[in-house]
Amino acid sequence: MKSAVIVFPASNCDRDAAVALEQMTGRKPHLVWHQEKDLPAVDLVVLPGGFSYGDYLRSGAMASQSAVMRAVKAHAEKGGAVLGICNGFQVLTESHMLPGALMRNADLKFVCRAVTMTVEETQNVFTRRYANGQSVSFPVAHGDGNYFADEETLNRLEGEGRVVFRYAQNPNGSARNIAGILSEKRNVLGLMPHPERVVDPLLGGTDGRGMFESLIETLS
Amino acid sequence: MTKITPELVAEHGLSDDEYGRIKRLLNREPSFVELGIFSVMWSEHCSYKSTRIHLRKLPTKAPWVLQGPGENAGVIDIGDGDACIFKMESHNHPSFIEPYQGAATGVGGIMRDVFTMGARPVAMMNALRFGEPSHPKTRHLVSGVVSGIGGYGNCMGVPTVGGEVNFHASYNGNILVNAMCIGLARTNKIFRSAAKGAGNPVVYIGSKTGRDGIHGATMASAEFSEDSEEKRPTVQVGDPFTEKLLLEACLELMATDAVIAIQDMGAAGLTSSSAEMADKGGSGIELDLDSVPQRETDMTAYEMMLSESQERMLAVLKPGREAEAEAIFKKWELDFAVIGVTTDTHRLVVKHRGEIVADMPVTALSDEAPLYERPFSKRATATGTPSYDAKRPILKSLRTILAAPDMCSRRWIWEQYDYTVMADTVQCPGGDAAVVRVHNSNKGLAISTDVTPRYCKADPYEGAKQAVAEAWRNISAVGAKPLALTDNLNFGNPEKPEIMGEIVSGIDGIGEACRALDFPVIGGNCSLYNETNGEAILPTPAIGGVGLLQDVHRMATIAFKRVGEAILLVGDTKGHLGQTIYLREIEGREEGPCPPVDLAAEKRTGDFVRRLIEDGRVDTVHDVSDGGILVAVAEMALAGDIGADVGIAGMTQSIPFFFGEDQGRYLLTAAPEVADRIEHELREAGLVHAIIGQTIGEKVLRVEREGEIALASLRALHEGWFPKYMSGEEIPPSN
Repeated sequence: MKSAVIVFPASNCDRDAAVALEQMTGRKPHLVWHQEKDLPAVDLVVLPGGFSYGDYLRSGAMASQSAVMRAVKAHAEKGGAVLGICNGFQVLTESHMLPGALMRNADLKFVCRAVTMTVEETQNVFTRRYANGQSVSFPVAHGDGNYFADEETLNRLEGEGRVVFRYAQNPNGSARNIAGILSEKRNVLGLMPHPERVVDPLLGGTDGRGMFESLIETLS
Repeated sequence: MTKITPELVAEHGLSDDEYGRIKRLLNREPSFVELGIFSVMWSEHCSYKSTRIHLRKLPTKAPWVLQGPGENAGVIDIGDGDACIFKMESHNHPSFIEPYQGAATGVGGIMRDVFTMGARPVAMMNALRFGEPSHPKTRHLVSGVVSGIGGYGNCMGVPTVGGEVNFHASYNGNILVNAMCIGLARTNKIFRSAAKGAGNPVVYIGSKTGRDGIHGATMASAEFSEDSEEKRPTVQVGDPFTEKLLLEACLELMATDAVIAIQDMGAAGLTSSSAEMADKGGSGIELDLDSVPQRETDMTAYEMMLSESQERMLAVLKPGREAEAEAIFKKWELDFAVIGVTTDTHRLVVKHRGEIVADMPVTALSDEAPLYERPFSKRATATGTPSYDAKRPILKSLRTILAAPDMCSRRWIWEQYDYTVMADTVQCPGGDAAVVRVHNSNKGLAISTDVTPRYCKADPYEGAKQAVAEAWRNISAVGAKPLALTDNLNFGNPEKPEIMGEIVSGIDGIGEACRALDFPVIGGNCSLYNETNGEAILPTPAIGGVGLLQDVHRMATIAFKRVGEAILLVGDTKGHLGQTIYLREIEGREEGPCPPVDLAAEKRTGDFVRRLIEDGRVDTVHDVSDGGILVAVAEMALAGDIGADVGIAGMTQSIPFFFGEDQGRYLLTAAPEVADRIEHELREAGLVHAIIGQTIGEKVLRVEREGEIALASLRALHEGWFPKYMSGEEIPPSN
């Protein structure tokens, strides 16, 4: 599986994502600067965590306007896989590649902790190696992770099986405990928790490996 | 031309004697800009004029020390060509006035000190002291400082992995915010600040200069009073986004070989960076302020030289490399400007709008800065053994202590910091020391910040010794070899002999402990004048220690891991109750002597425990500190969610045994047969030890002859205080 990690100004989980990808796939991902207009030929594009452009406007809003995002959209429209983690999820909603919005956490505080989630859907390239209903633990680290969408959208997401992860204990006030969702074509996943931080047993678990293994199985 | 009047001199915090000295050094009256430059460079904050002669006594060398005090940060060799660069610095006064920005820019400033030396920051720590919880400002200050630290560090993508927090009435009007940054570089790619050579371009990089922070260093060198709120405009505003870009751009620039010297613009901004770089390089610097990138219009030379706008650096490049450097900063969308040149005149010359506005010998700002041997007096230290009510039930006291503001869980704080970013945090907040892996290796850096201010108040010398010993012990308790430390000396007004006495004794105590433990000081910071309306803070010489784990797979944590293991206490227990948490929280008294540290025993005990961890024989260790043995056992049980059954191992008095704060002690667990063997070795080594109990299957803490308490109930108390306090649910009693 060939992959690329997009680097926006003040992305800060770009290295973590690249390290996890290399560890899991055995290949170094391309690091692609936000001003690039084209992507290298890859199977997976990762939008990493961080504070793109300082997130001084709405989180992810500035990054969604950067040159590289046109290429990321084109990649997704052709059916390519896109994984947005944390700030990457925010960029995906701001780019309208995923519905809804990520608001300030309900208690208005940044939260960093390991959270338990259930895997709600496994019929997609990101989670097929997990069992349906499996409980997994990933860390979250965000100030704006409170997922919001109108009732109709939420019903549709649930009806179409696009809610992939749900928090067991909601850390941020997200609607219906949603932690991660799929696009309509099921090739774009956005989630607030960090799978790339749980591929090494020394760092508090390996529950994130399943996601990379799923991608490798499908995209290699 | 602004006329220099005695009032103007006084407003700049310069004494009559100091002003006379300036005139002698210049052979004339200074210009207004020169007066401003002298005032910041000769401030306590920049010149260390009260402490320099005492700081020289500290041990700063060891075979592994690559850079001691005097640079932006200290550097140690951690093997395999890797260097660890670290420093701790205070941002106390600004954080009291404007807690979010004060703390945020404190984090930003210390990060720049580390990455200006070529290191990528890999961990942040902080040591915070607030006023008593019932004080009306405390909640607001805690909330602002914590979100400021998080707001800056989280955006930078550097994990904040630990620290310490105390509450005490002496900080009601003067909180302490000490931030420590730890970075990694290669030993052959370390950058220093000596602007060597003449004719080299001096370049300005980072964000633009505005009118913020003017006189910050002067403010940090005076006592506070009721009108300190009016000083809010001197607090700088941080922009972590720009700092993140500056970090990446500087590291990219440093990967070329274009840089001769580089230094961040911290306190006293352009003034101190240019003067210090010229001084260290034995050169001169000529600046043309018209080229300085400016955020505001019509800035005067005085304002530009004294601005403390954040996220700026000054560098000296090899001639002809400007375009290459500029391209890097353009890519990162940062300002870049050649603003001067190095000279061989040994003078700092500042030009603005075609005129020379300052022209002074560099040494007048450094070597010739005032140096005071201030008079000091030492207080008598307390003696005797405090009385206590021997009938108080042990478990009830434990419940009170675990929920006390100084002792309860700090989860509310550290969950606001991203402590797992960079994917190398192998020991998270809540343990004895934080551990971050050296990227792409099995090595780990163990980091701890420590000081017990109430001990330092009782005995500044023993208290400072204890602070060093505790940092050394915490690092040893995870299995790492302590290598070096940075100190952050927070004290009151040095012009008062009794405060100067605390400073001198504190430095002497640190020095003695460092020498005995082979744990040199490689950098630090002094924050004096921490007083409000004449009331000084408790003496608070915070110590930030760093150690090396050769293999992060052989590391101890505090959590009980297996049922049925013996709990072994290593170190001597005499039952010292003076200045303990027990005495303060249960008996309501802060009295008696602080516990003395036997440094020779400390070293032998720590070396023994560390070897057990290195050999893979023990993986569960906790040092015994605030609160004593029973608190340590409870913390181990809560961390592992495994119960324990403990007794007093043949001692006669249970309160001094369980709550005394004798130093140099560790608790560890091992399977009974392994524990037997370890006890045998301890006897042979002549180290005092005792089995005090075992881990058990029930999730309770059981104390011989006292009863038991469910871990769930202890956890609720331990975890409950902070969130309740911060949400305003519980108004703590003032005492």
